[in-house]
Amino acid sequence: MAMSESQVTGNFSRSFNSLVDWIDARFPMTKLIKEHATEYYASKNFNFWYGFGVLATFVLILQIVTGIFLTMNYKPSAAEAFASVEYIMRDVEWGWLLRYLHSTGASAFFIVVYLHMFRGMMYGSYKKPRELVWLIGMAIYLCMMAEGFFGYLLPWGNMSYWGAQVIVSLFGALPVIGEGLSEWIRGDFYISDITLNRFFAFHVIAVPIMLLLLVVVHIMALHEVGSNNPDGIEIKEHKDASGKPLDGVAFHPYHTSKDLVIIAVFLILFSAVVFFAPGMGGYFLEYANFEPANQLQTPEHIAPVWYFTPFYAMLRAFPSKLGGVALMGLAVLLPIFLPWLDRCRVKSIRYRGWIYRFALAVFAVSFLVLGYLGLQPATGGYVMAARVFTILYLAFFILMPWYTSIEQPKPVPTRVTK
Amino acid sequence: MSDNADLERRHFLIAATALTGGVGIAVASVPFVVSFQPSARARALGAPVEVDISNVEPGAYIKVEWRGRAVMIVNRTQAMLDKLPSMDAVLADPSSAASVQPEYADNEYRSRRPGLLVVEGVCTHLGCVPIPRFDVAPADLGADWVGGFYCPCHGSKFDLAGRVFSGVPAPTNLTVPPYSFINDTTVLIGAETGTA
Repeated sequence: MAMSESQVTGNFSRSFNSLVDWIDARFPMTKLIKEHATEYYASKNFNFWYGFGVLATFVLILQIVTGIFLTMNYKPSAAEAFASVEYIMRDVEWGWLLRYLHSTGASAFFIVVYLHMFRGMMYGSYKKPRELVWLIGMAIYLCMMAEGFFGYLLPWGNMSYWGAQVIVSLFGALPVIGEGLSEWIRGDFYISDITLNRFFAFHVIAVPIMLLLLVVVHIMALHEVGSNNPDGIEIKEHKDASGKPLDGVAFHPYHTSKDLVIIAVFLILFSAVVFFAPGMGGYFLEYANFEPANQLQTPEHIAPVWYFTPFYAMLRAFPSKLGGVALMGLAVLLPIFLPWLDRCRVKSIRYRGWIYRFALAVFAVSFLVLGYLGLQPATGGYVMAARVFTILYLAFFILMPWYTSIEQPKPVPTRVTK
Repeated sequence: MSDNADLERRHFLIAATALTGGVGIAVASVPFVVSFQPSARARALGAPVEVDISNVEPGAYIKVEWRGRAVMIVNRTQAMLDKLPSMDAVLADPSSAASVQPEYADNEYRSRRPGLLVVEGVCTHLGCVPIPRFDVAPADLGADWVGGFYCPCHGSKFDLAGRVFSGVPAPTNLTVPPYSFINDTTVLIGAETGTA
């Protein structure tokens, strides 16, 4: 006996609903979906700057998936690593694509996250009540730096080798414990097979687990306090009779459908790099790294990958070893304190005084110029320029309590604008 | 839970349990932390190496490997040695007081035999291999350059005794490893007596 179409769908939806009920009695599935998607209200006036969080999550997933497939052919030993990467590039079916997606993904991850952080600085997203969202985000950033550093040794090219040598030696600058600490990190008297093997373990297991955990915690903390918006005002302060924020729309389907467009645009740009310029002229994949590691020969021009160069320029700007290392550590850690350094009560740059706008512009320019200087040789004029911009970078943070307390913000609207 | 529970005793027990557990975790973490130290194999591979120097012409150098790092052996000419005292003014540590070298190399030439320099090719800044640049007054290093070592990573400069210039990021002179002579033409790097 044939059933009508409506009977079939009716039966289907009845059994689907009973499956959902069965799960919900045992796991808070529907509750989680509501809390984090269908009934999580975010401001309706998001601009494109609000797409970088979603993109960061997307790139993280891309890195994990491509990374898993790379480990299936990569060999973490000094004797085999370089050749196994070439094997992936030449002999493994589609191996070149997996590797270029992963190497381009690393640079894309930092571009997206730097823009995501800059968004937070423009719209005051680190301010009360989102201090913890910012702190967890900084922890994610530090983990990303560790992940990038560990991963960079794995191809075992000569730049990989000397990059790791320089960074591990940074710990040697610490008084008393320094030398022992470097040796402990390397597990040897130099960067060796032992070091490569343990960096592999960090890169594929330890750090990714921490990253994933921190990302979950970052999103949980964000959803507890609610997303900020380009006006920097709290949409929770104006709710309708049913308790929904008047200026908010549900994350799903409204923000998710917009995010799909953002991901599509990102993928167009990303694919252009992967397919047409995977080395990005030596910035994403450095020329010296196409030679196997040679512990007796440092490349003539050594520079870290672009995403570390602002800090590297600061390291070289200081004319003493311990001083340079301390300065670099300070520069990396200073943003952690933003929620307490900024004394202005207005969040968004739209309503802040000219002082902060000016300071933020100086900061952004300094960061970019330092990034450029870190790629140049450490000679006269470049070092002097690095000193000037290092001072500007530091001044942005250190003088912040002063200049943000004297700035004259504009009146802030009570409801979101465009 | 009864109302007349002995709270003081309970707090003591909680503290004692937490402390014992904490000590247990700390002790249990020791093997994990210590497993990061150089292994027995890594230590064994750090054994001394014998180097034949009979082919190193005056004014030339060879680079050999010891413990995974480069060691530079330079056969300095008398002309090179004569330049050393005049360098003192531009050096950060001309007498090597703050630098690492064995007692027998703690002299004006920083070597056992005046002519033969043995130094680790490990920049004391961040460990890159300095490039031997024995040419005089090259375009990139300036007219004052009389020969020495130049680190490509961060621009540190060292003279022909591995002594660091002032105003560069490297804090101390290149380290002189322990070494000895087995005979006239063979150096043993990594040990002060015996053979490899």
